[in-house]
Amino acid sequence: MLSSPFITTPTSVNQIMLRVLLALIPGIALYVWYFGPAILVSITLASITALATEAVMLKLRDRPIKPFLSDHSALLTAWLLALSIPPLAPWWLVVVGTAFAIVVAKHLYGGLGSNAFNPAMIGYAVLIISFPAHMTHWLTPHALGGIELDFAQQLSYIFHGTLPAGLTLDAVTMATPLDTLKTQLHLGLSVSEIRDMPIYGRLAGHGSEMVALGFAIGGLYLLFTRIISWHLPLVYLGTLFAVAGIFHVFDPTHYVTPLFHWFSGAAMIGAFFILTDPVTSPTTAKGKIIFAAGAALLTYLIRVFGGFPDGMAFATILMNICVPLIDLYTQPKVFGKKDGLL
Amino acid sequence: MITALWVMIALAALLGLVLGFSAVRFKIEGNPLVEKIDAVLPQTQCGQCGYPGCKPYAEAIAKGEADINLCPPGGDDGIHKLADLLGVEYKPFGGDAKPKAKAVAFIDEQTCIGCTLCIQACPVDAIVGAAKQMHTVIASECTGCELCLPPCPVDCISMPAIEERLTDWKWKHPVITLRKIA
Amino acid sequence: MRTLHHFHGGIHPTSHKSLSTHQSIARAPLPKSLVIPLRQHAGEAAKPCVNVGDHVLKGQRIGTPSATLSSSIHAPTSGTIASIALHQIAHPSALPDLCITLIPDGKDTWIKREAVDFLALSANEMQQHLRDFGIVGLGGATFPSDLKLRHPIKVDTLILNGAECEPYITCDDMLMRERASEIVRGIVILRHALEAGEVLIGIEDNKPEAIAAMHEAVSAAQLDYAVVAVPTIYPGGSAKHLIKVLTGLEVPSGKLPTDIGVQCFNVATALSIKRALDDGEPLISRIVTITGNVEHPRNYEALIGTAFSDLIDLSVAKRDTNRYIMGGPMMGVVLPAVNVPLVKSSNCVIAASDTLFPPAPPALPCIRCTRCAQVCPAELQPQDLYWFAKSNNFGKAQEYSLADCIECGVCAYVCPSHIPLVQYYRYAKSEIRERSAEKLAADKARERHEYRQFRIEREKQEKAEKLAQREAASKAAAVVAPSTPSVDDTQQIRINEAIERAKAQAAEAHPKNTDALTPEQQAEIASIEARRAKIRELATDAGADDEPHKTS
Repeated sequence: MLSSPFITTPTSVNQIMLRVLLALIPGIALYVWYFGPAILVSITLASITALATEAVMLKLRDRPIKPFLSDHSALLTAWLLALSIPPLAPWWLVVVGTAFAIVVAKHLYGGLGSNAFNPAMIGYAVLIISFPAHMTHWLTPHALGGIELDFAQQLSYIFHGTLPAGLTLDAVTMATPLDTLKTQLHLGLSVSEIRDMPIYGRLAGHGSEMVALGFAIGGLYLLFTRIISWHLPLVYLGTLFAVAGIFHVFDPTHYVTPLFHWFSGAAMIGAFFILTDPVTSPTTAKGKIIFAAGAALLTYLIRVFGGFPDGMAFATILMNICVPLIDLYTQPKVFGKKDGLL
Repeated sequence: MITALWVMIALAALLGLVLGFSAVRFKIEGNPLVEKIDAVLPQTQCGQCGYPGCKPYAEAIAKGEADINLCPPGGDDGIHKLADLLGVEYKPFGGDAKPKAKAVAFIDEQTCIGCTLCIQACPVDAIVGAAKQMHTVIASECTGCELCLPPCPVDCISMPAIEERLTDWKWKHPVITLRKIA
Repeated sequence: MRTLHHFHGGIHPTSHKSLSTHQSIARAPLPKSLVIPLRQHAGEAAKPCVNVGDHVLKGQRIGTPSATLSSSIHAPTSGTIASIALHQIAHPSALPDLCITLIPDGKDTWIKREAVDFLALSANEMQQHLRDFGIVGLGGATFPSDLKLRHPIKVDTLILNGAECEPYITCDDMLMRERASEIVRGIVILRHALEAGEVLIGIEDNKPEAIAAMHEAVSAAQLDYAVVAVPTIYPGGSAKHLIKVLTGLEVPSGKLPTDIGVQCFNVATALSIKRALDDGEPLISRIVTITGNVEHPRNYEALIGTAFSDLIDLSVAKRDTNRYIMGGPMMGVVLPAVNVPLVKSSNCVIAASDTLFPPAPPALPCIRCTRCAQVCPAELQPQDLYWFAKSNNFGKAQEYSLADCIECGVCAYVCPSHIPLVQYYRYAKSEIRERSAEKLAADKARERHEYRQFRIEREKQEKAEKLAQREAASKAAAVVAPSTPSVDDTQQIRINEAIERAKAQAAEAHPKNTDALTPEQQAEIASIEARRAKIRELATDAGADDEPHKTS
């Protein structure tokens, strides 16, 4: 280095990203445990696509490939995207989503550090808007004892689109617990009636609640190793709890418990892994609080009153838009410029 | 139909009156844009832009008669500032205009004949001397405009570039090597 | 027990201080020559007040203050002034500065040293004394100490800075261990000069020996000074941050500590103040730590002007040493050459190798992780400042308080993208400085130009008036006078005459010293002759050209 400081910490971007990937593993493990190994196929597909498109984009942009490819940021985008789309989907769905995330949402905005929106969420948004039908067929957890495809049959569907004779896609998949809740509420059922359905477990969706728990455990690891700051996840979950709590207390027959909101959909993975993307979240402490609270509020509103089953992705993207403004208006006072000084 | 017409006419008349009144009442002396442009210009008064000084150039820019890329002493940075101020696209230097290293005039006192022509040419009164007396440049006031060069009958004025000194040394923009060039 | 406060951020780098504290301070031998820069303090360089060839005594003044913000320079030993010339100094620019070279006579003869009773001195006399004795802050900023006593505001708290927070540096630590009583004596003088209320001596708690020594010295002198162990955290030795830790007060941005009733001195400065008054010795030596990649890291008391290479030879640099850093690893500068002289601000030289300070991996883009903002002691947003500095958006950088950056380097230390952040800030700061200077110059030029226009206009008017008067007068006399040649014409005639005269002179004057010339000299004469010929030619042209020159 040309000038001081001459010493640095060994922490590097790729280490941070690697730790975040590591923190996703408990959630993925529980996913496999409850829903089978199909998710690993989409994670692998997404990873390969991400690395390949990243390399191509770096080449096109005339950037050095090795240091940027080994920063693991593309991998993280791939994993987060793979985890937010149904595992039993045609292979091209995950490939298109990942490629869009890397090419458009990341590199066309200037690559690592310059993207305004969370690439994984943009990829998700593109898929759910363009291919809504494919995005609603989720695997049923083993414990429900329904008809399930074995791994070979799943692979055959993913890569060839063929199902075993006599089975339809609807027979072997289900809607997400949040989606089901919304549909059933529209049909006039009460929350308690819906919650008695077999797909629901103790807190939220059977199986999916445990996956969310897995993500929470990974998130707490990130929190305690100070990879992420407490502001975003705690304020997000806190606000979501508070808003859901108010509605639930007000009308428990139409509004589910706050814990249900915590443990269903993308709330947990979002709180710890998606909102906390440093590039697309505010830099100031106050800004982070506003950002997280806004995202929680939007998530709740979209989930309960909006047209999409889950609101995490759109809430994140909408709040991403506000980041520059939030940062501008939440600049902290610097040393020696605090109120009350001379 | 007729009512609408009358309403429109009345409105137009009223607004015209308001505008006319404010034009008289809130009249601003001079052109504030000229002042702003002039503030950005380096004040060398060198005339290299083709106008007889910075203020006339500023006026020309404000009227839209002159381009923003005609001021060599202002450098590339100056064009950027003008572009920002006027909300127009940045333009690189056109024609022969090129930024130059900063320099101050220096009179070779052995050759100077004391003709006072350079004193009359200097736009900022940075040359001292009297008829038949040797002249000299007040280096701290010299803007490096080179206007004193052409009138000198004995070519005794040179423009040595200002060298970097310890007191005005600057840290450079860090260069990050993305890829080693073999 | 005093309640301590804390400041935002800070880091805990490995200290490496024990390397150089095993051995006591050694006196460096008298070098063969001393190169003494005239700019060793904040502000203007001193004016040399000796001539080449003069014999000077140890402690004799050789440079006098040239401005208010300036200080004196003294001969570190007796000897002869060999030169007053540009010499490379310890500056990152590698540009030379004016230095006085002194060849010691080996006798080390002092000037007459007189102790001064500081109690008998007025405030002004005290300041003048320190100014004459070249006392400047030895903590690094080298701000003239006399100016720190000048402030008229009452000082409630006098703080002595013995924090020494940067890794590797141990000169203040060893000074406190070995010369605590002298430091305390210096504090007595300072407290008297400032009429300060309480005295706090802040030392980081990783220096227990220094704390104990200072404690002992304070109680031996039966004083009520508080020796306070402050938490070890970088940059806890920054004056503003030490003040915050000890008093809880924040020095407002752009203000001085005295504005909040606090004044802060480095412990080594206190000692040099004691020497100046009690012993009549000016500031001609300092303690410097030689450490890092050397066989025998140690502290030396060395004369100002000693080449760093002499000191490093005493400690023996290891073979893989490839550069030397003056100062600590967080804020130091790479020496442009190893033979540059020691100055009043040189607290430490670290021999560095790629194993000791591995070169940083290539910088990646900023991911806005805000680790830098979390550690920034100035509570800035380094990631934003970086963005503005990089894109030359200096106005925005100033808006985000770039000026409050203390360049401590913690942001770059924690940056996971390994961006040389401080370098960007230094760049932006020097650009901002230059631009404001340019703006001032432009404003001045505009003013001068406008005045000139006004003057020309006025002269024209006056001339017109005179002409009108004259015409009126001549009309009254009813005499038609032939028109006088215009001013421009007479001037032109005069110029032509002058040119003719110059030509004639040149033709007449025949040089008498043109015998036995070297080829170079002949070539030079030829070129000068050519130029003269050209001038003559031009002069004829100018004479032929009647058109008055456009000057407006």
